[in-house]
Amino acid sequence: MTDLPQHSEKKLGLVIDLDTCVGCHACVVACKGWNDQAYGAPLSDSEPYGADPSGAFLNRVHSYEVLPETGPAQHVHFPKSCLHCEDAPCVPVCPTGASYKRAEDGIVLVNEDACIGCGLCAWACPYGAREMDPSAGVMKKCTLCVDRIYNDALPEEDREPACVRTCPANARHFGDLGDPESAVSQLVAERGGIDLMPEQGTRPVNKYLPPRPRDGWGGDTDVLAPYLEPVAEEPEGFLGWLDRTLGKL
Amino acid sequence: MTDQPKIDLSPRVSDEIRKTTCYMCACRCGINVHLKEGKVSYIEGNRDHPINRGVLCAKGAAGIKQVTSPARLRAPLRRVGPRGSGEFEEISWEEALDLATSWLKPLRETAPEKLAFFTGRDQSQSLTGWWAQQFGTPNYAAHGGFCSVNMAAAGIYTLGGSFWEFGSPDWEHAQLLLLFGVAEDHDSNPIKMGLAKLKARGARIVGVNPIRSGYNAIADEWIGITPGTDGLFILSLVHELLRAGKIDLDFLARFSNAPVLLDCDPKSPDHGLFLGDDAGRPLVIDRRTGKPAPWDGEGVEPDLRGKLRRAGVTHRAVMYDIAERYLAPDYAPEKVAERCGIAPEQIRRVAAELARAAFDSDVTLDQPWTDFRGVAHKTMPGRPVAMHAMRGISAHANGFQTCRALHLLQTLLGAVETPGSFRFKPPYPKPASAHPRPHFRSTPGQPLDGPALGYPQGPEDLALTEDGAPARIDKAFSWENPLSPHGLMHMVISNAAAGDPYRIDTLFLYMANMAWNSSMNTRGTMEMLTATDEAGEYLIPHVIYADAYRSETVAYADLILPDTTYLERHDCISLLDRPISEPDAAADAIRWPVIAPDRDVRPFQSVLLDLGARLGLPGMVTEDGAPKYTDYADYITNHERKPGIGPLAGWRMGPQGLTHGKGDPNAAQIDSYIGNGGFFTAPLPEEAAYYKPWNRAYQDWAVSFGLIDKPQPALIQLWCEPLRRFQLAAEGKRAPQPPEALRGRIRTTLDPLPLWYAPMSDAFEDPAEYPVHALTQRPMAMYHSWGSQNAWLRQIHGVNPLYLPTYWWDKLALSEGDWVRVTSSHGEITVPAARMAALNKNTVWTWNAIGKRKGAWALDPKAPEATKGFLLNHLIHELLPARGDGMRWSNSDPVTGQAAWFDLRVKLEKSAAPDEAQPVFPVIPGFHLSANTQKTPSPEAQPPDNEGTP
Repeated sequence: MTDLPQHSEKKLGLVIDLDTCVGCHACVVACKGWNDQAYGAPLSDSEPYGADPSGAFLNRVHSYEVLPETGPAQHVHFPKSCLHCEDAPCVPVCPTGASYKRAEDGIVLVNEDACIGCGLCAWACPYGAREMDPSAGVMKKCTLCVDRIYNDALPEEDREPACVRTCPANARHFGDLGDPESAVSQLVAERGGIDLMPEQGTRPVNKYLPPRPRDGWGGDTDVLAPYLEPVAEEPEGFLGWLDRTLGKL
Repeated sequence: MTDQPKIDLSPRVSDEIRKTTCYMCACRCGINVHLKEGKVSYIEGNRDHPINRGVLCAKGAAGIKQVTSPARLRAPLRRVGPRGSGEFEEISWEEALDLATSWLKPLRETAPEKLAFFTGRDQSQSLTGWWAQQFGTPNYAAHGGFCSVNMAAAGIYTLGGSFWEFGSPDWEHAQLLLLFGVAEDHDSNPIKMGLAKLKARGARIVGVNPIRSGYNAIADEWIGITPGTDGLFILSLVHELLRAGKIDLDFLARFSNAPVLLDCDPKSPDHGLFLGDDAGRPLVIDRRTGKPAPWDGEGVEPDLRGKLRRAGVTHRAVMYDIAERYLAPDYAPEKVAERCGIAPEQIRRVAAELARAAFDSDVTLDQPWTDFRGVAHKTMPGRPVAMHAMRGISAHANGFQTCRALHLLQTLLGAVETPGSFRFKPPYPKPASAHPRPHFRSTPGQPLDGPALGYPQGPEDLALTEDGAPARIDKAFSWENPLSPHGLMHMVISNAAAGDPYRIDTLFLYMANMAWNSSMNTRGTMEMLTATDEAGEYLIPHVIYADAYRSETVAYADLILPDTTYLERHDCISLLDRPISEPDAAADAIRWPVIAPDRDVRPFQSVLLDLGARLGLPGMVTEDGAPKYTDYADYITNHERKPGIGPLAGWRMGPQGLTHGKGDPNAAQIDSYIGNGGFFTAPLPEEAAYYKPWNRAYQDWAVSFGLIDKPQPALIQLWCEPLRRFQLAAEGKRAPQPPEALRGRIRTTLDPLPLWYAPMSDAFEDPAEYPVHALTQRPMAMYHSWGSQNAWLRQIHGVNPLYLPTYWWDKLALSEGDWVRVTSSHGEITVPAARMAALNKNTVWTWNAIGKRKGAWALDPKAPEATKGFLLNHLIHELLPARGDGMRWSNSDPVTGQAAWFDLRVKLEKSAAPDEAQPVFPVIPGFHLSANTQKTPSPEAQPPDNEGTP
């Protein structure tokens, strides 16, 4: 087993905006595409054209309905991948030390050479954020694109996770959540970013920005009413109003 | 930590990046295609590209699986079994092109109209339309008739441009966005990027849609409207805004035809037409003089209250009719609310929000400009209310008028081409009157005298034979659907099999899955394609089909011309067609072969030019009869539509070297595009960026760039005179006149002012018997059947349950895993059910084009798409039900011919769970399937040798 690092100054992670995520799965496929040819074994697919296709994905989007006490039902898209927890339960549980958290930036990784595919880490993860590769038999998980974010071969603007680079709705942000001055930390502070399942005590680095209130007309009714104050009820009256108003133009 | 593994943080990403244009949907984003050892290794968005600025959707990133799909066709095929059997033999290209020529040459020499050439979701209509014209057949169109022609036609007849490709919300300045209908792929990334911009600025988004998913899920307010009633809702907003005087009078007077004088005498032969001067120019009353003046006269200030009595006839401004119609109590929120399925208060709140955003937000650009009347303006005042609408409005038989109503709403608010509202993308604005008229008189051995498709201005422009019968196989531009500028692809097979209006010889289709998810009445369509006469000959004697993949439709063709995938071909996304322009720039783009095909396939456009040369079509052969173009790339570079104007506007050759817009062909043009990332942009001068239809700087720029020949300012046509000309014919006041049976319908539906009428099918299907509306939506991660076979995307959307609202879920006492029987007046399906609360109370829906025919697309016959997947198409007929008079009318918008997919009404019952979704169709026998269950091919793997065609 591996011990978690005592403390990492730098806490790289994602901030995911549930107010703007439209559930398009762009991040899911960009992640699949990058990691199919990047860190570790390719993300294989079993029966890709068969009766029961299944493959490894490091990031998936779930959708939930929310039924508020008043107002219509709401629909929330919820992308989920490894949250790179500070107290990551998947690390100490690993019998070979394959699962580890990097001291320098907090990224949780699997050393595939040491992974025996026992699946204990996936069992320990309360978020269901790890997937066994059906072909390679090793545990796969979000690497925060560790092979992109420091990659000298990439232009500087591309040194961010593939899911962040591709998100059309600008719902994914990457940065150092250990630095209170970073753009992502500021965003979390401003929008009231939250931990996923804080009761689990995992202290996730990734944060979620909650959806802004929806369907909130109610409070505005008094403000809006004057906008519809009638100038006339009948066409003749309207034409009279038109005359008066045009006369002033 | 010293025991941490050492990992390579800077691996080499790829050997090379090639930049081209995506084709995983119609959005046309720029992509970086990474190659390793000559194979595609990764696809990402191109940061420099004007459409997507680096982002890319799920479809685009999954393109890597599209170019290795086992469903790719591998060589030309000739049918050897009966139609529908899928039994083919591979033949050479020479044999294939000889066979096609042997069918087509005699047709061209004797009866060119016996070729019907219809293309699906392709983006080369400027070429295909020209080819059809040179062949001489009027029977040409692309897929717009079953897609979104209502939006295009209503937009062009009203504003001179439409949503999506020809216009866009002003994402930079809008304070409120009103979003209608299913818009998830028209267009894809720009809308998502735009919504993010609005959210970042705190602008509000109001979603009007029976289904709260996707964009509607993130909308600040959701209006869960009843399908087909959007027009009523919009006109109720119009009612409220007029009543409150919350309209932009200055904008209406200057830039719409609200002040234009109308003949108001019911006895006059010109009743409802504009009063014109001797040159035919519509007249307004000039506020400066109180006298009539041409609408575009220098310095004229049109009066919205204008009245004029001339030659005993009273004329008054269109504004009077607008006030009278929409102030009527019929449109009061209380009157329409129940029908729309929303509360009257909600309608009022939206109206008030519109008024607040339009008139209280201070969005004024400090940018002087001069209008077409020569009036100088110091600033560009804004009306930051943006609107966008697409399929949800379009796919109803009242969609044309609903879209017109939406344009009326925009215009009343001054929210067209003003900062913060709706902006045109060059080459639009372009008014309907500046488009060609339909051409349809075919002559043996000769080209058509002009393009087949166009914009009729009155009954005299209809495509009718001497005896008044439809001249086209799809009956476009006939009395049944007079303004059908995209044709009616969904009627072609049905009409051809019925010999109504006549029989054809060869049906030539490209990239449209007509034997499955692109047709109404899918089973019937398969029967029509296989139907024979007494002699045992097929009713449609020849079917040629071109596509890249082994779709359901492949099985129903006699000759297959296998196309390449989008990474193996040249294309141009042209300003002559449907370019990638943005509101601030004219732009076009190319595709180029970033990998070479590994099969005996050819790009369809090159094949079409080859075929054209074999047929000796004008423009495709040299004087000595040799092929003029070696391939499509040669055509893209060297073809000129008129002197100086070719398919691509960038890097042409001028007298002093390279130039843009107008210029001679440049042999290195495609290389310049490749060097620039696959696209070209020409930014507009800032002075020309807004108020384009009326802005001298824009009009002059468009002339200098070659988009138009001369300035063509145009007013917003709130009163649409071409519609009134059809009404006059129906009233018996104008020739030619419609058949008796259609007079009433034309009088009602071709109203020159926007109106709402119930979907046509409501007159045939008792809403009490069929109380539920049934719709489809396209998933954001899929585009049609091409995407739903993709190895990655089918893992995201491999099943498509029917989503039921809570009301019906409870009423039928359903639980998870239950199935429902869904019955329409035409058919019945039995399908898996799922519950969804965020749904209009009487609407059910499912994902579009997931369901597959067993054996097609190289999927396992036991694939969930083939066993549990289903189509609503089985419930929809291309004809409305019979009404006892012996006539059956097409299930289309009576103005435009738009397929009325979303008028579907059904009833629901709980059903015992069958083994498979019903109806079940047999496996296509000739398609070999055993090879398709192999495990995990790597991205490089090619289909095994035993896969493919017999």
